[in-house]
Formats: sequence, structure tokens, C-alpha cells
Amino acid sequence: MDALMNFGQGIFGGIWPAVWTLLKIVLIVAPLMLSIAYLTWAERKVIGYMQVRIGPNRVGPWGLIQPIADGLKLLMKEIVVPSGANKAIFIIAPMLAIAPALAAWAVVPFNDTLVLANIDASLLYIMAITSMGVYGIILSGWASNSKYAFLGAMRAAAQMVSYEISMGFALICVLMVSNSLNLVDIVHAQEQGRFASWGVSFLSWNWLPLLPMFLVYLISGVAETNRAPFDVCEGESEIVAGFHVEYSGMAFAVFFLAEYGNMILVSTLTSIMFLGGWLSPVGFLPDGILWLFAKVAAILFLFLWFRATFPRYRYDQLMRLGWKVFVPVCLIWLVVVGVWMMSPLNIWN
Amino acid sequence: MGSMKEIFNSLLLKELLKGMAVTGKYFFARKITVQYPEEKTPQSFRFRGLHALRRYPNGEERCIACKLCEAICPAMAITIEAEPRDDGSRRTTRYDIDLTKCIFCGFCEEACPVDAVVETRVFEYHGEKRGDLYYTKQMLLANGDRYEEQIAKDRELDASYR
Repeated sequence: MDALMNFGQGIFGGIWPAVWTLLKIVLIVAPLMLSIAYLTWAERKVIGYMQVRIGPNRVGPWGLIQPIADGLKLLMKEIVVPSGANKAIFIIAPMLAIAPALAAWAVVPFNDTLVLANIDASLLYIMAITSMGVYGIILSGWASNSKYAFLGAMRAAAQMVSYEISMGFALICVLMVSNSLNLVDIVHAQEQGRFASWGVSFLSWNWLPLLPMFLVYLISGVAETNRAPFDVCEGESEIVAGFHVEYSGMAFAVFFLAEYGNMILVSTLTSIMFLGGWLSPVGFLPDGILWLFAKVAAILFLFLWFRATFPRYRYDQLMRLGWKVFVPVCLIWLVVVGVWMMSPLNIWN
Repeated sequence: MGSMKEIFNSLLLKELLKGMAVTGKYFFARKITVQYPEEKTPQSFRFRGLHALRRYPNGEERCIACKLCEAICPAMAITIEAEPRDDGSRRTTRYDIDLTKCIFCGFCEEACPVDAVVETRVFEYHGEKRGDLYYTKQMLLANGDRYEEQIAKDRELDASYR
């Protein structure tokens, strides 16, 4: 590592830190893009299997080249800008959608040391950045100058606001019990406890004592990423494609990348905050980045499973769930956790 | 008490898990996809595909230009012109089926008193220009010659139901 640093210093001199950071960004974003591409493939396969079909299987063995073919197709296509659209905002909106989905990865820890920026307020940073994603959606809906796009944008905005709250409450419980906003510390806080000392450490992860919050976070995560059954902002049957009706070619693909990137991000955050990140579930196996990947894959599978199973929520049901179920559940569990921590039964000290 | 139970069930996501169990079960179910170009679904002998004009075994065309098919065609896809041939028999000089208009209802086949116009099992054909799917008498007769064996077998199979 030191040799690499010296080598880089020698070649690039003063701008080496910038080059090094860029390199690290590429090292995170390139595999992420690949995962996004293959997540679309996995989605088509999984949903196909659940519908007793076999999914894509023509391009390459088991359809493995399919996402690349799709990407190439979208790259070749023309980006049509509607004549009534606000051109500048129309073009900027997809970038605004994908930028936060990628920027949030800056603080995501893959293991103890493998993190681009190990900052103390990383949970706060995540909350701030992920909330920005909705601006891309709102602006795209507004700039398209189409009623369907606009309706989709309005729905997205209202949905984001509602579910951000329950998500925030769930995270407050996590930071109460782990006593830190730093994601690395949050993971480390999960490796101690009675069960961990017995060798079944997966029982001392946050998901068990915070089970209601885990479910709330997971479901809000599905809602935050506008995935089925909460995909009202693009609901095909009522508003065609919602906010991205007017988008084509690469501009549309960028929205797609943003959606799937957000899915992976939410899954990773769920794994880190509730499922112990890179920690091994049992005492006799070593911790490692593979555990994180396995957990993320499992949660992503859940996302796809949800989409194959549930019909879309009606808009008012969505609002009811957010405000009249999740918020009260969160408030109650917040008090429960608070009392629990003050009582002699406290398991988090 | 009933409503308490309902609240409890919905908080435990009971029905959602039930739904997921169903889709989860189908994830492992045997897939029933027929992979088309390599595998094909069985066809009925009454399949209504590409049209053909048949001949008698001696090579004489069956069509007697009665124009019943033209009259019954709901899509008005058939155009027939006829005049007496040199030997005095009435034959078509023009027998066109516009396949872009045709709805493959099979009425022409039903109407035909001499089993001249038939629909074959062929469905894998295409046109690259609009005119390509305008079938003339020669093309239809050629279809008949080409698929006569299959056509005759299918008529025979169907005969007992008529």
C-alpha cells in the first residue's frame, strides 16, 4: 500500500490525492454499475421464474449478455425532447436523480477499513443525500410539460416526504442503541451482546431487538426507491409511466440506473444498520466483505420477490400506511427503546 | 375482539407473507415456457393459417368461380374475376387474397362448395414490403401444390366431424 502511495506521489506529485480519490471513486462506481446492470437481469429472471416463465435466455448463456444488449440499445436511441419542455431542466433532471444514488456510496463501509470517507456523521450524510434523489424526479415531471409526468412527480414528492419520516425514526432507534452516527461504529455496536458471546451473533444484530423498526425501514426503503408495490409515481396502469413518460434513450436509462442504484443502496444500508454489515452470522466463521454482499443480495431478492407478489398500493392507502401506521409504530417503539435503555434490562451497554 | 385480531394480523404481515409463500413456491415450479423456434406447441388440424387454392388429382384447379368466398368474406379481402375458358368451363382469371385485410376467420373455406380455397397450417410467413402479403392466384395455387399432402390429410381428419 505504501509502495503504491509513493509510486503515485512520484508520478502525479501534488495532484496525487485527487487522483487517488478519483481512483477510489471509480473502484466503487464501476462495480456498482455492473451490479445495477445485472440486477435488471436478475429481476427479469426472478420475476419470470415466479410467473412460471424462464425469463431472458437468448442473448448469451442464460441471457447473461442481455443487460449489455439493453444498455447498447438505449445508448443508440435518440433522446427526444418534447417541444413544450423546459430543455435545460429536462436534461439535468436525470443527472440529479442519479447523482445522490452514487454520492451516498462515499460513506458506505464495506468492512472496517474499506470505506471511501469514514466520517462521523455518515448516517446524517446518508439521510441528507438520499432525500435529494426526489428532486430529479420532481424536476423531470415538471420539465416534461406533460400531465402524466407531472402527476407522477407530485405523487413521488408526497410519497418521499411521508416515508422519509418513518425511515428517519427507524434510524433514530438505530443510533440510540449504537450511540453513534458513524456507520462503521454502528456495525461494531452489533457485534457485542449475550448472543454474540454464545457464538450466534446474528441474534445480537439490530434486527431482533428493533424488529418493528427493521420492518418499517425495509418497507419504507421499498417505498423510497419507488419500487412495487409502492411505484405509484410511475404506475403504468393509471399514469402511463409517471415522471419518465417523456424520456427516451440514455436519459431514460439514467433514471433506470438511479432506481436500481437506490435499490442496492437501500439494501446495503439495511444490511449495515440491521443485519450487522460485514459481520459473520456465527462465531466460528470469519467476518468479511462477502457477508455484506450476501446480505445485500438477499435483501435485493426480497425487493424482487415483493414486486412479483404484491399489486400496487392505491394512492390513499399508501398515504394511510405511511402516516397512520408507520409513524405511530415508530413513535411507540422509540419510547419502548428509550425505556428499555434506561431500565436494568438494557442490553446495549 | 375480531378487530383486535385483524390489527394483530396486519401488523404481523400475515397476509403478505401468505402471498409471498405462493410466489415463492412458484419460483421453484417447473417452467412451462415453450421456446418457440426450437419447440412448438401442437397444432389442430383445423388450424387457420396461410391460404391455398387446391387442384384435383388430375391437375385441374378446383375453383369454379362461384364467388361465395368473396361474398362471405367479412374483411372483403378476396377479389375474384371470372370468364368462360376456351373449353367452356367457368374459371377465375383473377383470384387475389389480401392477407393484410384477412382476419383468418375461415369463412371462405366453409363457403367453398368444392373445397378449393383452404387455410393451411402454415403461419410462419412474412412480407418485407406491403405488397408482399397480397397473394395472387398463382401464389395461392403454388401454396396448394406445395402443401397438398398436409391439406388432404387435415380434410380427412376433419371429415368425421362434418
